[in-house]
Amino acid sequence: MALMTQIRQRSRAIAEDSEDSYFEKLGSNSRTRFLRHVILCAVGAIMLYPLLWMLASSFKPSSEVFADLSLWPSEWDLTNYTEGWNALNHPFHLYLWNSFVVVALTIVGNLASCSLAAYAFARMQFFGKKPLFALMLGTLMLPGHVLLIPQYVIFNLLGWMNTYLPLVVPNFLATNAFFIFLMVQFMRALPSELDDAARIDGCGPFRTFFRVILPLCVPALATTAIFTFISTWNEFFGPLLYLTDSALYTVPLALRQFMDSEGQSAWGPMFAMSVVSLAPIIGFFIAGQKYLIKGIATTGLK
Amino acid sequence: MSTSVAPSATAAPTPAAARGSGAPGRGTPRRRNEKAAYLFLLPWFVGLLFTLIPFGASLYLAFTDYNLINNPNWIGFENFQEMLTDEDLLQALKVTGIYTFVGVPLSLLAALGVALALNKGIKGLRYYRAVYYLPSLLGGSVAIVMLWRYIFGNEGIVNAVLGVFGIDGPSWVSDPQYALSVLISLHVWTFGSPMVIFLAGLRQIPIMYYEAASIDGASRWRQFVSITMPLLSPILFFNLVLALIGSLQTFTQGYILSGGTGGPSGSTLFYNLYLYIEGFQRFDMGYASALAWLLLVIVAMFTAANFLMSRFWVFYDN
Repeated sequence: MALMTQIRQRSRAIAEDSEDSYFEKLGSNSRTRFLRHVILCAVGAIMLYPLLWMLASSFKPSSEVFADLSLWPSEWDLTNYTEGWNALNHPFHLYLWNSFVVVALTIVGNLASCSLAAYAFARMQFFGKKPLFALMLGTLMLPGHVLLIPQYVIFNLLGWMNTYLPLVVPNFLATNAFFIFLMVQFMRALPSELDDAARIDGCGPFRTFFRVILPLCVPALATTAIFTFISTWNEFFGPLLYLTDSALYTVPLALRQFMDSEGQSAWGPMFAMSVVSLAPIIGFFIAGQKYLIKGIATTGLK
Repeated sequence: MSTSVAPSATAAPTPAAARGSGAPGRGTPRRRNEKAAYLFLLPWFVGLLFTLIPFGASLYLAFTDYNLINNPNWIGFENFQEMLTDEDLLQALKVTGIYTFVGVPLSLLAALGVALALNKGIKGLRYYRAVYYLPSLLGGSVAIVMLWRYIFGNEGIVNAVLGVFGIDGPSWVSDPQYALSVLISLHVWTFGSPMVIFLAGLRQIPIMYYEAASIDGASRWRQFVSITMPLLSPILFFNLVLALIGSLQTFTQGYILSGGTGGPSGSTLFYNLYLYIEGFQRFDMGYASALAWLLLVIVAMFTAANFLMSRFWVFYDN
């Protein structure tokens, strides 16, 4: 037994290590390796510097922000946050809540509608499957702005201006072909015996989908949820078009208002609220890095 | 791209087997399955209408003078004739073109370079990858564009750094000569997502190719040219197509940096920003639809040219 656990631990250690040591054989001598680390660290530091600087500046008193390169405030000051929170027409938690509502509904819509469509394309036989699948891939390549004006007109006629419906409803209609594609790729890789076994046990297609296939697709669903979260949280154009009432603004629209009233003193609160707006993305990134990296490697999503 | 995703024909259940497990009275299971498949696709079918109808409608509107209030009048090719003498359009094409043809190669080069460096059995790969990838998730956000606007401002930190070396930097954001380069630098900053795709592609190259090559005495450079580049070329092609399509549709960056105007002096007037101004500020929706179709044609032409040229430099291993 002891030997078995030892072997298992060893093999796990190898599996974890293999990512780092894959090309170790070709690795060069220790000096070039050290140099490579130095360069990679320097590039990484330059890339992270603006973010860290913004974080530090959000705690600096406004008089200190300008052209101060340091990443450590001389004194930690929270006034930028309290000021920024109440600087706009509405307190900032309203905008956070609005964004949360839009993001949550968009995620639910994408997961539900795209997984249904993906299941049909990946694991069912029906008349017209090939041309419909090709059509789906075609919409994936279609630049969204071509549809923009008629969609705006339609939403206007439906009386959906100044509601979240134009932002949310299309996601319940599987209009995001990227996620269908991602899930199709994932579902195809599952063994087809699963469906056969479920059918022999008396499952219809719906029960097979909900009880057998969907639980196995959790990684693909997680990838979809995280990508949807990040792109919807950042989304600026849609809200800019459809939301004019400032009580409905999402976080990006609210942030833009700091720019309109741009005086020297507004930078501090603006940075503070920028940090607040980016924090959820960074949190999701840290929590879901595995799914993000996998997802982007299979579909090339941003 | 489409060849790699062609539906694999999973064997349909034979009629005999299907009949054996059929429920009585509701048609054959095969039939039931077909119906079920259409039910699964129902949301997608409705969504398809939301795509196809606007697609056709925008082509129609491109030949009208629609302005959201009055009914559209058919004006033939007038919108397209107007384009020929539209200097703002020329500027928008110029800005988007420079942004694309400078920004995309720079960011792909950075992505490839860092991916190659990270693929040499480096310790702490996942931390490096995380640090380089994070910016690409943030690059499209309003907060980051506003940060860039500040960093490259007259009294921003770029000029503070230059000041240390005694250089008196220009006011990047408000100088028409430099404003676009601020956004190109932001584009390069987000090289992390193509980098992750490159890394995944580099992993697919069997290590024995390199072993065989080094036994044969091939130099590092020779290995790169003869092994890495050919086997990575499909990935490079994929990244190039994606980056071109994405870059031609840039909007938020130009809008935020210029406060929605595309200024200073039209130096950040991206194509989609111009389309937005025509359609939703001047409400010339007919002209904006024509602009949208012109961009569609441009994107399609670039993509087609990419696919045509790919025959000469993309290597497929099968």
